[in-house]
This record gives sequence, structure tokens and C-alpha cells, in this order.
Amino acid sequence: MNIIVVGLNHKTAPVEIREKISFQSQIMEDAHRKLLETPGVTEGMILSTCNRVEVYSCVDDIESGIREVKGFLSAFHNLPLERFEEHLFVCFAEEALRHLFRVASSLDSMVVGEPQILGQLKDAYQNSCKYKAAGIILNKLLHRAFSVAKRVRTETRIASSAVSISYAAVELAKKIFGSLEGKVVMLVGAGEMCELAAKHFINSGIKDIYVTNRTLERAEKLAEEFKGTPVNFNEFHRFLPKIDIVLSSTGAPHYIIKPEDVTEALRARKQKPMFFIDIAVPRDIDPKVNDIDNVYLYDIDDMQGVIEANVKGRSKEAEKAEGIIAEELTGFIHWLKTLDLTPTIVGMRERAEEIRKLELDKALAYLNEISPAQVKVLESMTSSIVNKLLHHPIVALKTHAKDHYRDMYLEVARNMFNLVEKEKEEPEEALEG
Amino acid sequence: MLFNITLFLYLAATIGYISYLITLKKPISTASTLTLVVSFILHAAAITVRYPELGHPPFLGIETLSFLAWTIVGIYLLVEWRYKVYVLGSIVSPLAFILLLLTIIIPEGEIHVPPYLRSVWFPLHVGFAFLGNAIFSLAFAAGVMYLIQEKQVKGHHLGGIYKRLPSLEVLDEINYMCLAIGFPLMTIGIITGFAWAKSAWGTFWVVNPRAISSLVTWLLYATLLYGRSTVGWRGRRAAVLAITGFLIMIATYFAINFILGGHAVK
Repeated sequence: MNIIVVGLNHKTAPVEIREKISFQSQIMEDAHRKLLETPGVTEGMILSTCNRVEVYSCVDDIESGIREVKGFLSAFHNLPLERFEEHLFVCFAEEALRHLFRVASSLDSMVVGEPQILGQLKDAYQNSCKYKAAGIILNKLLHRAFSVAKRVRTETRIASSAVSISYAAVELAKKIFGSLEGKVVMLVGAGEMCELAAKHFINSGIKDIYVTNRTLERAEKLAEEFKGTPVNFNEFHRFLPKIDIVLSSTGAPHYIIKPEDVTEALRARKQKPMFFIDIAVPRDIDPKVNDIDNVYLYDIDDMQGVIEANVKGRSKEAEKAEGIIAEELTGFIHWLKTLDLTPTIVGMRERAEEIRKLELDKALAYLNEISPAQVKVLESMTSSIVNKLLHHPIVALKTHAKDHYRDMYLEVARNMFNLVEKEKEEPEEALEG
Repeated sequence: MLFNITLFLYLAATIGYISYLITLKKPISTASTLTLVVSFILHAAAITVRYPELGHPPFLGIETLSFLAWTIVGIYLLVEWRYKVYVLGSIVSPLAFILLLLTIIIPEGEIHVPPYLRSVWFPLHVGFAFLGNAIFSLAFAAGVMYLIQEKQVKGHHLGGIYKRLPSLEVLDEINYMCLAIGFPLMTIGIITGFAWAKSAWGTFWVVNPRAISSLVTWLLYATLLYGRSTVGWRGRRAAVLAITGFLIMIATYFAINFILGGHAVK
């Protein structure tokens, strides 16, 4: 059994390509069905977020599996493979597992440590279960990935940096505005960090969100997600008087919000305070904006500075996280190897033979007046009982070794014959929303 | 005796509010508030008991300080109840303590109550003026806190002070509420002052430093209120004006009572 990942993400593909390959939730059922129909694919899961589209699958053969899954992406999106193949990345076996663990732990995120990806991964897994595309391997693998993510989150402070920036933003906003009830937020540009901060703001009672972006579709999509209002990028300045909190993260090479824009907006809103958070690099907002009365501007360094004291030695934390992943990886690979047919059958036979020998010796100890010929009869009788008992299970295993249920049968057999290695099994983490 | 107990309780409340400021532990603030409420009631009792003894309203001489302390505490308790701003208590309760201490330790001079103070307008005038002053002194405290907090937020220093002070919005709102309530009270105070002047001296306008400074402060607050409701003077500017107004008021009070030797000096 082989696990492969085929996909593209913010590291390999620009957003124009990512959005062409992405899977919306309404087509997920169809997508999972088609994925399972792909030759050689026994299990599958599709992770599609604004920063990545990744197909995780269990395949019989790595090489043909990769080819087939690529073909699936191309056919499903009706896009010739040449158009996007250079942006695809592929990994398999141990690397595929490591990749999943890193994604789950948010080490692969654009903003390392942002917690949203874990939720998205859980959604992807739930979809895969719902559409019956996840089998024993993906089940075990994803649960392991969630517990790795949990370990990384609790044992390292990798998560605290990203979270604390948006946490600090919300806390700061509260110190400026008191209650956030009824305040209005605008996202200028749609980076991952902005989205995360927006989520935090929504959780703190903000209902009104405006989203603007150079490509309007993206703004519309994000606005939909937050139940907000999309705004054309060319005229977002007109909306500033309505806005209390501006979160900016565009890729613009120069300042897009200047002091005169803000002064004008302030006059229109009778000097009600405004809070600007500029996460963009290079910056979107002229730093002189902070000199205006009733205006508070924080750029990414100021935000970092706010939380610096709490988060020290980030790279050390990342190293620690990679260590945890390597550790968990070894355990999982070990389990995966046991899911082979031959060792399972050998194991079953050994276990049966062990019991037969033990019981026979006990019986012989009672029967002291017994001839070697009689011993032979007992031996062959017990052997034949054992063989006959094992016959059907082994035939069943061999039959299903070629089909879809192979891994399930193997796992069940290993459990029933107590062949499960005494590896410390942590309780599987329940799916939280 | 009642005054002494009140004084002691103000001290206890001061210690309470300051330890809350340091530890930020909720039970401490609750205990401090309770202490302050009890002191406020005892103080009221003390003033009432003292009234017949004095033979005049507590608006004369050194008694005024005690009365001022009592009004400030009363107004503060309302603000605290409305805005949950406990840090202001760490300014208000020591202020009340000091004012009351001064009342107790400074020897009461021979108060000669001149006939022109026997008018019914006099207690009305002074009562409203005092309420106004007490409210403006809270606006002053909120203004000072606003400036400090604004400096923290603008300068991106988010340390212990930042954590302990309330939000800018709340401080600004307190400033505004104080202005919106204090200004009409002050206006009534001034109008009843005219009425009193008329009944005492037969003219509405008596030129004296007190009256002039009152008018200047009144104009200042009027400007602030106008600027606030039309073009949105708020935040920093409102805080600075509230502080200025209060400082003029205090300066006048001390100048008149301790240097010039009395209010309605001709």
C-alpha cells in the first residue's frame, strides 16, 4: 500500500493557477467519486483551500498512481495537464506522510503557525469520510496527523506567533474602541493573515465586514465567506469613512493609503477613531498616518513587537516541531508495514502454533503412560484442527488482498489474532469542528 | 468622630484600589467599591450631623473641601457603576482622602456669616457649582488617563500601563458624559449665582476674580461641547481642554480661598 500526494500550493503555484484547480464544497462529492474511480486508487482525500489544492491517495503502484491522479485533476477541471503540470508537486511514501503532518501542524502554511489549516484539513477528512473515500489507511493517517498537530501545538510555541498577532490586533482594537460591537472592518487585500485576523474579529462581535481586492472575484469569494460586502478595489477609498478597522495586506509595491486619504475620511466621520493594521510587506499604508489624531497605525513589525516578548526563538520551536513529526512518522510507518499480507499470515500461523504447542504439552504432562505413536496421533490431530480453523480466514485474506477491502481485512485479522504490536496507542482524537 | 471613620475608610479604599491596579484581581476591586460606598454614606451622615453645629451650609471655608470630596466620590461611584472603570478609583479615593484630611487638620477659622449669604440663592448657586466641579474633576481624571493611554497605543508601547488603563473609547465617553452633564449644572450654578448677586447686592454682575474665572471656564467648556457635537472634537483635544478647564478651576479656587481670602470679595 502506498500513499501519494499530488497537488499545488502557495509555494509551487500562483493564485491564478490555484484557483483553476480548486474544488468548491458543492462539487466535493462528485470529485471524491471520480477520484475513487481512478484506476489504482483505493482511498482518497481532497484538501482544497485558498492556498493549496492537494490530493492525498492510497494507490497500488506509486508511478502509475501519480500519473492517474494527475490525469484526474486535469480531466475533472477540464484543463490540459501541460497548463499546470509544472506547478504540481508530488511526494510519496514517507515524504507524503511527512508532508501531511507538516501541513496539519501549520509548518507548511504561508503564515507558519496559523491554526486555520487544521480546521480545513478536518473538513477535508470529514468530506472524504462522508463520500466513503477514506478507508482504514486514511482514517489512521488523518487521526495521527491530528494528534501530531495537537502535540506540535501544545509542546511547541509555533502556533502562538500567528495567533497572537491577530489576538493582539483584537486586544488593541478593544483598547481603542472599547466594545467591538457594531464596529466595521475592511480587509484590503486578502492574505491568509488578514483572513485569520478577520476571523478573530468576527469572534469578538464584529458583524460588518467589507472586502476589497485587486481581483474582484477573490474579494467576492472572501466576502461571501465572512457574510461581508465586496468592494471594487478602485473605489475602496470612498468607503473609508464607514470603516473603523482596516486590515491591509496587498502586494502593492507602494503606499495605497496615504495621510490625506485618512484625514479626509476622518473629517467625514467626525474624527471617530480609526485603527489601521498593515500586514503587507512592502507596506500598504504610509507610516505618517500614525501622526494623525485619533488614528492608530500598526505595521507588521509593530505587531511583532507587541508579542515579541512572548515568542522567542521561533526557529528553535520549528525545529522542535520537525522533531515531533519525525518521531510520529516512525511510529506510523511501522504500523503501515504490518499491513502486508505475508507477515500477517505468518503471524497468524505462528500464534496458532504457539497455542497448539502450549496446550499439547499441558495435555501430555497429564498422560504419563503414553506411547510415541499415541503422541504422534495427538500431534497430527491438533495440527489439523489448527489448520482447518485457519484455512478460511487465510483464504479470505488472500481473496481480498486484491480488492478494495484489503487493508481493512488485514487490520481486522491482526486485531483478532492479537498481532497488533504493543505500540503505545494514544486515544484517537475526536473530530472537533 | 464620623469624619474620622470616613477618613479611615477613604484610606482603606485608596489602598484597595491601588492594590487592584497592581494585581488586577477582581475581588479586590469589589471590596474597594464596597468600602467606598460605605465611606460615601458615612460621609453624608457626617456632613448632615455637622450642619446644625455649623449653622450654615457646608459651603464655606474649609468645609468646602469635605463637601467637594463627598460630591466627587458620589459622581465617581455612578461612573464606576456605569462604565466599570475601577482604575479611576485609584485617583478618586486618595483625592477624597486628602481633601477630607485637609478639612480635619486645618483649623476651622472663625466663620462669620455675612447677611448676604443668607439668601436662598446662595446654597442653590454653590450646590450646583459644586456638582459641576465634581463632575469636571472626573473629566479631568479621565482626560489624564486618556492622554497616558493614547501615548501608549500610538507609540506602540503596550506594557503594564496599557494593560491597566481602560480603553480610549471609554475614557473619551466619560469625558463627554461629564461634559454633557457637568455643563448644564455649571450653567445653572452661574445663573443662580446671578440671581444670588441680584438678591444680595441688587445687581446681576459683581466683578470679582471668581466670577470672571467661572465665565472663562464656562466659555471653554461651551466651546468644547460645541466643537464636539459639530466637527467631532474628541479624544486628545477633548482631553486637553477638559484638563485645562479643571486646572483653571482649581487655580481659581485656591487663589481665591487662600490668597485673596474669600469668594465674593468686593
